[in-house]
Amino acid sequence: MATGTCSKRSLPTGLLLSAPALLGLLLFVAVPFTLAFLLSFTNLRLGSPLPLEWVGWEQYRRIFSDPAFLRAIANNSLFALFVVPLQTTAALVLALLLNRALGAVKLFRTLFFLPVVFPLSLVAIVWMLILAPGPNGMMNAAMESLSLGAWESRDFLRDPDWALPAIMLTSIWQGVGFQMVILLAGLQAIPRELYESAAIDGAGRGRQFLHITLPQLRNTLIFVMLVTTMLAFRLFDQVQIMTQGGPLRATTTVMFEAVQAAFTRQQVAKGAAMTVALFGIVLIITWIQRRITREDREIA
Amino acid sequence: MKRVLGGISLLLVSLIYLAPVLFMFIGSLKPDADVLVQAGSWRALWPDTASLENYRNVIARVPFGRYLFNSLFITVAIVAGGLLVNSLAGYAFSRLQFRGRNLLFAVVLALMIIPLEAIAVPLFYQVTLFGWRDTYIVQIIPFIANAFSIYLFYTYFLGLPKELEESARIDGAGVLHTFFLIIAPNALPAFASVAILTFLTQWGAFLWPLMVTSGDAVRPLPLAIATFHSLPPLQWGDIFAFGVMMVAPVILVFIVFQRWFVRGVVATGIKG
Repeated sequence: MATGTCSKRSLPTGLLLSAPALLGLLLFVAVPFTLAFLLSFTNLRLGSPLPLEWVGWEQYRRIFSDPAFLRAIANNSLFALFVVPLQTTAALVLALLLNRALGAVKLFRTLFFLPVVFPLSLVAIVWMLILAPGPNGMMNAAMESLSLGAWESRDFLRDPDWALPAIMLTSIWQGVGFQMVILLAGLQAIPRELYESAAIDGAGRGRQFLHITLPQLRNTLIFVMLVTTMLAFRLFDQVQIMTQGGPLRATTTVMFEAVQAAFTRQQVAKGAAMTVALFGIVLIITWIQRRITREDREIA
Repeated sequence: MKRVLGGISLLLVSLIYLAPVLFMFIGSLKPDADVLVQAGSWRALWPDTASLENYRNVIARVPFGRYLFNSLFITVAIVAGGLLVNSLAGYAFSRLQFRGRNLLFAVVLALMIIPLEAIAVPLFYQVTLFGWRDTYIVQIIPFIANAFSIYLFYTYFLGLPKELEESARIDGAGVLHTFFLIIAPNALPAFASVAILTFLTQWGAFLWPLMVTSGDAVRPLPLAIATFHSLPPLQWGDIFAFGVMMVAPVILVFIVFQRWFVRGVVATGIKG
């Protein structure tokens, strides 16, 4: 009875309390999202003499036969393919080291998390100087002393083979601390007794890692990897600042192409189609995450 | 012994890892020419000369104070507005009964996966239509309501004991009263997590300001340093001084509130 009167009374209140947030999401997420779809099926181009028309899948046919856009998708995929495993492994190693550092955990956690509070644009600019060409560049000099002089100094950001790896390294440097903090929390949540009983059974550190740490950390690992994959497909800031998509499209990305199309060339519809494609990719990644974690729940 | 060795190797790794940060801080104190010339040697990380000349240059060349104010104002407004609006929504979805609640909440969850990048193009034309280009509003209002923040509040409020509200209801307190005086004070960790996550994303915002601002008046720091970098003459000492001024306040805030930063970041991982 009490719940009956209660629900009646708060029928408007609940809506009222959530109304500002819902209105914001409607106006600035749902509406532009719908518009992105609608626009992508038109021929809208600012300053074009042609009348606005519904052109069906034409824009999608165009972008998926546009070498620049295909290169962009390939670059994003390559970026994900390298950055996700490398960054996750580095973050895991750091988290494992920190987890054993006992008293100094906090100090090192602070140090490794520091770049996370740096805006990406600042990181990109600092790394442009680190990656500067010639033997005077910090990266070139470091590689030269590491290779005992065998390294030939190069202009990383203007070399089609090195520009994308250079941006990958920059991004890993900025992002690894974020992952490390999440993984460290995951490690600290693993019950100690698991390790203790494994030690009694005579399992060494290697076996403990394979049979306790990794399975216990599985969901956390999947989560950080998928978040990083999504970020990989949204890559923009570093490219805009460090290479402008070049040289020879070696570092162009879906988002960079979309901004180029929509703003530099005023091809609004084409740009919209590209961002819808980006959303499609994000959707697929989310779907994969759901699949993997659901399977896990069934097993567990 | 083993532990000491582990500590030392960790210290070495962290030194190499933080070399870019040291490079920036130390470079900001050196003459421009030295920054470039010394970049390939150990001297890049050693402050053999130290002056605040570069800092004076930055202040003289660009309205740095303006940029700093813009960034602070925009970020604080988004964080404050977001905490209020999203916590109320999270509360409504987790604790109040109303028709359409489940459907609306499902829509909110679905909106969570739409990144800004996917809607940036139409959103840009939409705000142009509103006449919002080159304003603070355009950098604040669209980012206040946030589906992920609502979700974080929702999960936190679900975990609070029901007795909290029941005692308030017996006292005859209204919903808003209950929320602000009973629920919110018991949910400070959720507020802190959302505040820090919002801060981290918005403080570094680059794509959107690049699209919607064109002058110094409302330009935030991350975009300002990119334009400063491309402003001739290219003086690395000045650029690093700009970078230090831009990041030092955040580093201080981070060190003071570190525990909350870590919690905020870990909160993202609870999802899924």
